[in-house]
Amino acid sequence: MAAQVPSSGQAAPVTVRIQAGDFSIEDEIAALTKGRAGIGAVVSFSGLCRDEGGRLATLELEHYPGMAERAIRAIAEQAVDRFGLNGITAIHRHGAIAPGGNIVLVVAAAPHRQAAFDGAAFLMDFLKTDAPFWKKEYLKDGGAGEWVSAKDADDKAKERWAKARWQDEQ
Amino acid sequence: MSVRIVYFAWVRERIGKGSEEIELPASVKTVGDLIAHLATLGEDYAEALSVPGVIRAAIDEEHADHDEPIGGAREIALFPPMTGG
Repeated sequence: MAAQVPSSGQAAPVTVRIQAGDFSIEDEIAALTKGRAGIGAVVSFSGLCRDEGGRLATLELEHYPGMAERAIRAIAEQAVDRFGLNGITAIHRHGAIAPGGNIVLVVAAAPHRQAAFDGAAFLMDFLKTDAPFWKKEYLKDGGAGEWVSAKDADDKAKERWAKARWQDEQ
Repeated sequence: MSVRIVYFAWVRERIGKGSEEIELPASVKTVGDLIAHLATLGEDYAEALSVPGVIRAAIDEEHADHDEPIGGAREIALFPPMTGG
């Protein structure tokens, strides 16, 4: 079931959805930018389910309903404030996802490209470590499935934003 | 105090349930105390929580460190490091 919280009509809409179904990148970009000519840059990131060298049968994504949306929304709102975005959309799927399928989408809109790039990257880096989702891999050769381990590289990716902020302020 | 505890991913699997209401002894004041208390409730709990340092927690859907007080919490979640995105 989709849990959608539309923007409350403020200048920079923040849209966050947690849903089982697929999404359309094109439709989400159109929804964010339609009628808003102040936007000069849109960056979209989508995360897909890898086939792990042909071994993966299905990826199962578990989430904490309520908190998943709340956590991503908090990150998205920070991204809007920090980079002066015109708006941001984040969609994360849950449930069973086949190799090649979409997992996550971020669309960041800003007057200029750097803010849009940074906004999308910032949201993804924090989402990886702070949004309550867990991946379980089911391989083609059977078995009970294995929980994916968290990566140190993801913590490092998040930390770089603390450093970048410190440098901005010097 | 009675509180709802929810578990996710391998914490949920090892404990063998997704949620439960638990009556907490007065000595349980922080997230860390809660994890230590749960680990005494049975073998499944002990195994799931055998390395407390890897367990992440949320109080009423907000991330919480192990030294955070749990007084007044309605729902406490325990789960492994997150792997979304």
